[in-house]
Amino acid sequence: MSRPGAPRPSARAGYVRKQYWNEPEMGWWERAYLFEILRGLGITGGVFLRNLGRWMTGRKGALTTYYPEETRPDYAAGNRGKHVLTQRPDGRPQCVACNLCATVCPARVIEIEAAFDLDDPAHPKSPTSFTIDYSRCVFCGLCVEACPEDAIRMDPAVPNLPSADRLSMWLARQELLEWKPALDPAKRYPASRATAEGAR
Amino acid sequence: MIQDLVVYALYIGYAIAVLMTFGLVLTWVERKQAAVMSDRIGANRAYLRIPFTQVRLVCWGLFHGMADGIKMLLKEDFKPRPYDWYAYMVAPWVVFTPVLLVFAVIPFGGTLVPAQFVPALADWFGDRSYPMQIARLDAGLLIVFAFGGVSVIGAMLAGWSSSNKFSLLGALRAGSQMISYELVLGLTLLGLILIYGTVDLDDIVRQQSGTIAGLPAWGIVYQPFAATLFLAAAIAENKRIPFDLPEAESELISGYFTEYSAMKMGLFMFAEFIEIAIIAALFATLFLGGYNLPYMHDGGFAFPGGLAIEMSHRAVVVTQVVVFLAKVFLLCSFQILIRWSLPRFRYDQVLKFAWKFMFPLALANLVVTVLVVWAVNA
Repeated sequence: MSRPGAPRPSARAGYVRKQYWNEPEMGWWERAYLFEILRGLGITGGVFLRNLGRWMTGRKGALTTYYPEETRPDYAAGNRGKHVLTQRPDGRPQCVACNLCATVCPARVIEIEAAFDLDDPAHPKSPTSFTIDYSRCVFCGLCVEACPEDAIRMDPAVPNLPSADRLSMWLARQELLEWKPALDPAKRYPASRATAEGAR
Repeated sequence: MIQDLVVYALYIGYAIAVLMTFGLVLTWVERKQAAVMSDRIGANRAYLRIPFTQVRLVCWGLFHGMADGIKMLLKEDFKPRPYDWYAYMVAPWVVFTPVLLVFAVIPFGGTLVPAQFVPALADWFGDRSYPMQIARLDAGLLIVFAFGGVSVIGAMLAGWSSSNKFSLLGALRAGSQMISYELVLGLTLLGLILIYGTVDLDDIVRQQSGTIAGLPAWGIVYQPFAATLFLAAAIAENKRIPFDLPEAESELISGYFTEYSAMKMGLFMFAEFIEIAIIAALFATLFLGGYNLPYMHDGGFAFPGGLAIEMSHRAVVVTQVVVFLAKVFLLCSFQILIRWSLPRFRYDQVLKFAWKFMFPLALANLVVTVLVVWAVNA
């Protein structure tokens, strides 16, 4: 019986196959428990004292954030956060109430009620109510992809979403139209598209 | 007679208040220290709102202990159909009560002379003096072990009466583990008893205010090895990580108190946290000079260079009480540091560790101590 770490005889003479195996051997130092335990306690205690010192001198001694009072500044640019309803130049939503987003939504959190406006023959259909239940939203972004009118987008940030009360997590049309994202200034009628339509 | 009653009622009230406060605060300290050790923020949500204002007192989450207590009191008190209803109901108290009783023999200060401490009552108290200890028993240390041995009965009762396989497994583990480590605990202290020649805890503390070769004559100076073994065995006795096999949550849910809910479960948790404080108090008393600062005795300081500082009785009493609490708190914090640094043993490793590692070491320590004491005395 050979030891597990010993090289095995190979078919090719002279070739010794390398064994990537660490012998699980502990010396008397490790087996005496105490010294290695003290070393470990030194590491954890050192981290504790360092962080405690930071807290006590008014600095932050943690890597985590005090959410939701404090949010991380380094959200990815493509992070899917709170929804934005884009607007036409006159301020009405660009949404045509086609219900594609509500249909594709896997969590079924979007509720749309449509209305007709015969004074605007180009866009006769628009939502009177557009509600998203953020207590169930999974932030998958399928609604954004499904929208044929670029009427719904997702901002990287999630301001004011956390709540202690489920009923206050239903956000209605007005909030989705009018909240001001800090990072996305382009909450306007898409200029490229407007010029394209104007040229046609 | 009335004076004695008043003083001892005060002592008992103080002891209960201190233990309850430690039990409550340690739940918070444990969370917060674990968080700070691992670069997190930790408990920070529970707050008290000052009535009629929007001012919220968060105090670094200090009120989480209170929130815990209220939650435990208000939760549904689930009752399984246990095999033995009476044992089921009595088990938490069998665990909880001895933990409190141990504190009765631990001295938390030197001698109190009420006539000097409160001069207004000098006539009433006369020249009475009281050791600051609830029960000055000459069998102090033996009482500690007697009560420490009782709490295993509570764990066994809880596990047996729950009629749950996990509880029973936890109780069996608790039984074998606590009995093994009880032995080691006793053996480590035998050396100390030999050196001090007494089991009276107050006497042990008084002997520690002397000096040995310029160092304070603390137990940890005489018996550093026994101190380490004692701390390890005491943590095992308290069933905390790395020895928390009886309640290993990944294997046994909660071990012997799986079937307990609401405040009955809270009693088990509370007993565990108070026992942290008790272990710290015992360790401070036996190995770290108890309520005294180095070179301090009931009259003030006497440094080895011949320098002596006289202190008033009032200053001495206040210093001793504060020093004892500070030592206990630091040792509690050290135990929590251990708990959040080390992984759990496997069950066979725990028993092997007790019988094949700590038991021979404790015996060897005892033999060496006996030989040295014999050589010195002869």
